[in-house]
Amino acid sequence: MSLLLGALGPGSVLLDRVAQDWESAVRLVGDGLVASSRTTPAYTDAMVATIKDLGPYIVIAPGLAMPHARPGDAVLATGMSLVVLREPVSFGNSKNDPVRVLFGLAAQDHDKHLELLSEFAGKFSQPDFVKSLLSCRSEDEIRQLFA
Amino acid sequence: MVCETRDMKIVAVCGAGIGTSVLLKMNAEKVLRTLGLTATVEAADIETARASRDAQIMLTTPEIVDKLQGLPSEVIAIDHVFDLTEISEKLAKAML
Repeated sequence: MSLLLGALGPGSVLLDRVAQDWESAVRLVGDGLVASSRTTPAYTDAMVATIKDLGPYIVIAPGLAMPHARPGDAVLATGMSLVVLREPVSFGNSKNDPVRVLFGLAAQDHDKHLELLSEFAGKFSQPDFVKSLLSCRSEDEIRQLFA
Repeated sequence: MVCETRDMKIVAVCGAGIGTSVLLKMNAEKVLRTLGLTATVEAADIETARASRDAQIMLTTPEIVDKLQGLPSEVIAIDHVFDLTEISEKLAKAML
């Protein structure tokens, strides 16, 4: 099993979700991490606070955001969550808005998730990977993409 | 011509030092290999980066640039973290 598949625990993949704005979208990402027992709800607040504080720098590629916060007590285990929105939201990132795909990241420390992120980078460096992801209609299809 | 090997240090910077900066570091290392350049690349959060005085280049995203003002390093903003062409062009311009 790929590290990415392992990182996406049960309950961490939320498809066809509705969010009114970027904060609701990031809170859905947090819900996925909480549901899969990777974080406590405090981590969700920390992700939102980071964006309010520093701006939408977590929108790292066109249509793709990777909300995350610092390692700390709110992280129970390293993991990821995935939210695909029915309609895109704007983060105020002039180059990469609007966003329909959000990958939440929780890391226990500064090292253990490096191989996971390396896999993540490998996938998203492929042209049109976000497009392929958006064409998936079920969690199974998404998991096949990460197999 | 063989590129001169320089003892360069690049710091990839993001808010938490675990996500965006790590992706930037990985892709910068890929690009450096392709360009045939040698440099040490570290990932760091803003506070750690601000304390670093020996980096020639800081690699970050446009929102963070303002937070790195006043440092001796050249600050490069990357719009699309997975765009190796963008990273390559901007790094080459700063390093060559």
